[in-house]
Amino acid sequence: MSAPATHFNEDARRVAPDTRHRGIIQTAMGKYEVVRDQRKLLFQDWQGARNLAARTKFEAVNHLDTHLAEFARNIEARGTKVHWASNAEQARNIILGILRDKQAKVIVKSKAMTSEEIHLNDAMEHAGYEVVESDLGEYIVQLRKEPPYHLVFPAMHLTRGEIKDLFQKKLNDAPSDDPEALTMVARRALRKKYLQADVGITGANFAIAETGIISITENEGNARLTAALPKTMITLVGIEKILPRLEDLALFLPMLAVMGTGQALTCYNTMYGGPRQPGEADGPEEYHVVLLDNQRTTLLADAEQRDALGCIRCGACLNVCPIFRNVGGHTYGTVYGGPIGSVITPHLRGLQQWKHLSYASSLCGACTETCPVKIDLHHHLLQNRRNASAPTTGKPSFLQKLAFKIFAPVANKPALWSLTTKLSRIGMKLRGLVNGSAIDPAQAWTKTRDLPPIAKQSFREWWKEQGK
Amino acid sequence: MSERENIFNRIREALTVEAHSHNGTGLPTTAEHRGVMPPVGASEDERFALFAKNASDLKATFKLVKDAGELTAELRALRDTEKWQRVATHKSPLAQTHAIGLGLPTLVTDDGYDKHDMEQCDVGISVCDALIAQTGTVLVTSRNSGGRALSCLPPHHVVIARREQLVADLPAAFAMVKKIYSANYPSMISFITGPSRTGDIERILVLGAHGPKKLTIFCL
Repeated sequence: MSAPATHFNEDARRVAPDTRHRGIIQTAMGKYEVVRDQRKLLFQDWQGARNLAARTKFEAVNHLDTHLAEFARNIEARGTKVHWASNAEQARNIILGILRDKQAKVIVKSKAMTSEEIHLNDAMEHAGYEVVESDLGEYIVQLRKEPPYHLVFPAMHLTRGEIKDLFQKKLNDAPSDDPEALTMVARRALRKKYLQADVGITGANFAIAETGIISITENEGNARLTAALPKTMITLVGIEKILPRLEDLALFLPMLAVMGTGQALTCYNTMYGGPRQPGEADGPEEYHVVLLDNQRTTLLADAEQRDALGCIRCGACLNVCPIFRNVGGHTYGTVYGGPIGSVITPHLRGLQQWKHLSYASSLCGACTETCPVKIDLHHHLLQNRRNASAPTTGKPSFLQKLAFKIFAPVANKPALWSLTTKLSRIGMKLRGLVNGSAIDPAQAWTKTRDLPPIAKQSFREWWKEQGK
Repeated sequence: MSERENIFNRIREALTVEAHSHNGTGLPTTAEHRGVMPPVGASEDERFALFAKNASDLKATFKLVKDAGELTAELRALRDTEKWQRVATHKSPLAQTHAIGLGLPTLVTDDGYDKHDMEQCDVGISVCDALIAQTGTVLVTSRNSGGRALSCLPPHHVVIARREQLVADLPAAFAMVKKIYSANYPSMISFITGPSRTGDIERILVLGAHGPKKLTIFCL
């Protein structure tokens, strides 16, 4: 078993029976479900909207070369420096190079999952820079030295009491556990950082080819300030974030808001197309956009699963996933958790190491049904299972072969089958004595579940009886 | 070979295998967008009513004022109840005149300013590019609304709009942005939908996370 698989199993075993964790997650998800459904109902045709969104992303992803070239050309025309990174290391080096060049000390960041993906914070801190996450949830998990729990709600797993204790310990400022008071503590602490910061780093939700602008969706205003106050601005964005036209945002911004947080539109949807332009009052003197591949082209090469590049990171599939809700966000051990993370991580980080995620699913299809861009998530999990065990990559083990060698003749001979069933009934009774313990042969199952008994009478026996 | 070329080569190589769409192909038209999105009223009155309802749901304040005199009175009342000491604004006849009329020290952003000074301001007063009925949104740009920070750094953002700036929906707003700016886009275009908020602590709504706690929209 790969190290990530062992980690997943251990954490899942610990978190799933934790009723306190379950309570916190169910409360948060319950609130989300109510508002999400209210907002969906306001659409004249939500299923139609999903079709249009899927179509738009299909066009964007399947003509990625054209759109990406157009995006770069247009944003460069307004004085933006565009950088290209094939992998995480190149992206980190590009950004560290800019920081060195600008002699930066304090860096303020707004939420960017791509920066988690390339472990940017570690690299910057290691190089001696002070790095501050400004999204409240990200700030909280940064203070806890933890990765985000969820794509959209990074601190979803914490209670106000835990956050109060954290602020008291780290900031020495926590008047009460009232969410408003706690938010104001963070606001005050981060205002100072905004005024000090030399460089602001953001992610992006969309990159518009036709106009050469990026679009950032947020509620707090932290990305607005990150893009307004420091003298240098850097945006790190995956190459798959392309949308062809500006008007595509008219559909995608509300859909992202509805599925992400259950809002009609998120508080700030802001488009950036360059550094401060002539005649403008403020804004950065320099603007850098780092376009990141990091195995996205590997996923692109898989035509069957290419639609997964259309993901808008709304987190809706995490929210409905029975596995996510039980094992929690940290158990995945990946930057992108939940169904979408289980689909794309094997492509981004290696199929054999991460194939266990394909089984972190009940295949119920709730993810596929909710996805606003109609990614065929649960079928992709099946395809990953198939690909992971394809003859060239994985061969059945000796025990698997032996099991089938025995099973085949037994299943093929009615008399032998009948005898085996009879013996099994006796075996079941004996097994019952050691149910669930270490010497129970069905322990892998019975440790956490009941084993249903074999029927007292087989169908053949019943049929014979009726015939008398 | 540059990294740019490497990336483009991998993309082109990947796209030699064709994918199939289950949802049709071709980019949707604006009419198709409008056909699925939340409806907006047909008449101007209905759209104003929708904007007002959305603003109130978002905990923003929206007021129709009949003339400059009423606007001055409203602003003075706000100044007195909130005890404003310093005001930030920008060079625009509508915003600057009313800001100066308050008789307080006033920061004007256009020719550059010290960010520490703006942080001390109690209110940012700006104009906007449009109001969007469908979502209760205020559309601002760095070119027309005094830069990037004015509508976000002070704890109260006051928007002065004109009645004819109301557009029906998001497709109309993007069409307008394209029409006005396609030759030369401003470096920032922001769709502001209510005052700054967060739900990051137990998904409980708190206003004024980083941006303004209050958003007031006056419409002449």
